[in-house]
Amino acid sequence: MNAPNKSGWKPSAPVSGDTESATFTGNRALMLEEPLIFEIGHTETTGVDLPDPQTDAPNRLGGLERKAEIGLPGLSEPECVRHYTRLSRQNYAIDLGLFPLGSCTMKHNPRLNEKVARMPGFADVHPLQPVDTVRGALEVINELAFWLIELTGMHGVAMSPKAGAHGELCGILCIRAALEARGDARKVVLVPESAHGTNPATAAFAGYEVEDIPATAEGRVDLEKLKARLGPDVAAVMITNPNTCGLFERDMKAISDAVHAAGGFVYCDGANFNAIVGKVRPGDLGVDAMHINLHKTFSTPHGGGGPGSGPVVLSEALSPYGPLPFTARDRDGVVHLVEEENAAEYDHTKAFGRMTAFHGQMGMFTRALAYILSHGADGLAQVAEDAVLNANYILRSLEDLLHAPFGESGPCMHEALFGDQGFAEGLSTLDLAKALIDEGYHPMTMYFPLVVHGAMLVEPTETESKAALDQFILALRSVAERAIAGDETLKTAPYYAPRQRLDETQAARKPILAWEGELAPGGAAARSEVGGQ
Amino acid sequence: MRYLPLTDADRGEMLAKVGASSINDLFVDVPEHARLKGPIEGLPMHASEMAVERHMRALSKKNLAAGDAPFFLGAGAYRHHVPASVDHIIQRGEFLTAYTPYQPEIAQGTLQMLFEFQTQVARLYGCAVANASMYDGSTACWEAIAMAGRIARGKRKKVVLSGALHPHYAEVVRTMAKFTDDEIAEAQPSLQGSPDLEGLIGRIDEDTSCVVVQYPDILGRLSDLEKISQAAHAKGALVIAVNLEPVALGAVKSPGEMGADIVVGEGQALGVGLQFGGPYLGLFAVRDPKHVRMMPGRLCGETQDAEGKRGFVLTLSTREQHIRREKATSNICTNSGLCALAFNVHMSLLGEKGLRQLAAENHRLACLAADKLAAVPGVTVLNDSFFNEFTLMIGQDARKVVRKLADDGILAGVSLGRLFPANDALSEGLLVTLTETTSEEDIDTLCAALKEVLA
Repeated sequence: MNAPNKSGWKPSAPVSGDTESATFTGNRALMLEEPLIFEIGHTETTGVDLPDPQTDAPNRLGGLERKAEIGLPGLSEPECVRHYTRLSRQNYAIDLGLFPLGSCTMKHNPRLNEKVARMPGFADVHPLQPVDTVRGALEVINELAFWLIELTGMHGVAMSPKAGAHGELCGILCIRAALEARGDARKVVLVPESAHGTNPATAAFAGYEVEDIPATAEGRVDLEKLKARLGPDVAAVMITNPNTCGLFERDMKAISDAVHAAGGFVYCDGANFNAIVGKVRPGDLGVDAMHINLHKTFSTPHGGGGPGSGPVVLSEALSPYGPLPFTARDRDGVVHLVEEENAAEYDHTKAFGRMTAFHGQMGMFTRALAYILSHGADGLAQVAEDAVLNANYILRSLEDLLHAPFGESGPCMHEALFGDQGFAEGLSTLDLAKALIDEGYHPMTMYFPLVVHGAMLVEPTETESKAALDQFILALRSVAERAIAGDETLKTAPYYAPRQRLDETQAARKPILAWEGELAPGGAAARSEVGGQ
Repeated sequence: MRYLPLTDADRGEMLAKVGASSINDLFVDVPEHARLKGPIEGLPMHASEMAVERHMRALSKKNLAAGDAPFFLGAGAYRHHVPASVDHIIQRGEFLTAYTPYQPEIAQGTLQMLFEFQTQVARLYGCAVANASMYDGSTACWEAIAMAGRIARGKRKKVVLSGALHPHYAEVVRTMAKFTDDEIAEAQPSLQGSPDLEGLIGRIDEDTSCVVVQYPDILGRLSDLEKISQAAHAKGALVIAVNLEPVALGAVKSPGEMGADIVVGEGQALGVGLQFGGPYLGLFAVRDPKHVRMMPGRLCGETQDAEGKRGFVLTLSTREQHIRREKATSNICTNSGLCALAFNVHMSLLGEKGLRQLAAENHRLACLAADKLAAVPGVTVLNDSFFNEFTLMIGQDARKVVRKLADDGILAGVSLGRLFPANDALSEGLLVTLTETTSEEDIDTLCAALKEVLA
């Protein structure tokens, strides 16, 4: 239990500026440097076999044929596969280890889902094919919609939003449309300070003024102060539940009742739905709209920053305003695609419009549905229970060492929140995070939520074993002890990553956002110069 | 359950550690009335991998896959051959299961890829800087309009949309504009061989923040954007060019080269696949680097690490929601990272030479098809110019014809009636797309089928 690794081997402490291990190439065995495609590729090289154009063939390009070189290097297939394989090895990923980014929900991505999404009937179908040729795709959307409605206890769901923030926008626009329909122009959306940055950004994008909701000392919305602020100018409150401090908003129903009594709507940020799926339904707590990040709760891959998918479940009051297109099953059980032209037929004439060109993230729907069917109603509740148990296990295994600002506020949900109180002067959450990289972990979410100084938000998810958690806890304790003891070597960690700390100030001051060199005359020459292979 | 590593013994030990007698103690903050007592009624229980695969396969088989039929659809989603190595690379766990690269020391793979992607997009579009992707072309189009509004500092309220902009894109713009106070000046496409540039230019005035023009347009026609740019710039308005088929830019001039200020588009055609409409890949670029700080979305930039090694980071994040909150340039967070990788890999395999060959082959097939289809009695080709997509006028309701041909296993194209249901004048138009995946035999099959159904 106390050994840092299973073999019992005990490493010595890292040393900064270690030049002993310098190599001729800059490579370190399996850690390989890799140039840009612009430095190894060439405009005359290609990794595809296509016929050469007939140069004398007449064209119908309206006199706009391209003459100037574009400047795009090509790679042969072996060069291409090697380039990206080498790049891939400079990434940390869930497949490599625990990825405890709070609020981001980095859980295992089942490979069945990848297989399913690639079935030709899903992957190779055009969004504008005649409806009779895509019944199965529509059934997928409808079946997933059914699950999302049942799991949340809501009335309807808009499936088209492309990611969580797009879903937030959809929900807020539904609220605005509903208010406008009753001739009630309201100006303000209330958002807690602990909210994701997307919440205030969304409300502002939809034309609202944003005001803070105060929190109590225990990390929850202050119900009395919220009630005092409600009035005829408040369109909506946006609440994250469980909230970003990792706590369940106990007063959620009372909040909803108060907001409704004041004529407003309740938007719930569903980023943390994975903590409660199958345990409680937001619809039973009075929520009017909530987006669901399929890439969080339902395990579609994050892909290095998307694609996500953000369906929005809606209350009965908001459902009529949900954007087109949507799908509905008629009395015969046949699934129909409702678009502008047949909205009247399906009694959906109040839709506020369209949020995207086509039907949403089909490739994510197939993956999420495969995940949901795998777990079933019983398994999904177990997902929430294990996620919450794992987070509490981390909270209680570290709170003697790391400051847990809301450790007394009851059990946490799916994530454990710590602050930097107690660190030696000059050492920060950033330093601890970078040291964790050397220990082989992706750091937790840092400096979020904003309400805790030096916040560290740890979300282990349910797909970690107890052994993996125990190992992580030991590693985190080790770096926390160094931060508390004032170990200055933390300040220049990481030492063993593909890169040491990167100069972000320089990047922002003089932005270099594209490669600006001339393409090399030949791929091989450039490679030996830059890559040193 | 196969995705959950904890055993009951683990759970027992861990509950003891956290001082809980049962798991329900950890849900004590959920009000009693709202706590579910067991699995939600009416929902199926867990299922094996085999059972789920079987269910999903049955649903998949209810669809007619594009590869199983002569296929001629486009209109913003294009079927190209994607080399096998693209899918292999995007399935590497280090790319597939990574997060947005917030910790750059252990995310150089994603960051370098994004830097390469940004450079490819900027060069393809003839622009200085591209961002690290948006959700799709339609949302990128709206973001560009919002950005033009920021550049005009809200002093110009009019947005001029070309009538030949994809109607779903126009609909997204219209939807979003309901909630801002932009005035959207719209038009319907004119059924002429060449786009009505004079009409479009005539709608630009001193209150116009931007003019939005699709290239090639929704009917497949190509416009000289230089004329539009000159007219718009003379009035102090920006030009937003929208490209839905990036392969076209291997054959025709880039929008940036012709003076477009913001170039956005759909990148799905390279690497991503059809996928029934999503996930796709929004491309976003600006011609003038001074506009960079007004851009939405993530940007990846080059820098150095503490040892002086070149490395990449997400940068200029003071534009973004996680720093600026309600003052951000956009609310976008997650974008289309993995689709950007697919585009990046496909484009690296093509290179300049391959892209030009691919474009030439698409255009060759389109010219061949246009000639053969024009010979079918009752069919005329509308376009004076096109790349790989053009409009046929078939003298009867094209929606019905498309449905009829689908019953015969031919996916004949996109009827203008499907795209513009409210505009009866367009109902006889059929948009037909050819790519390298279309065989000459497919073209003959379509000609024969049209001949029969129109007779």
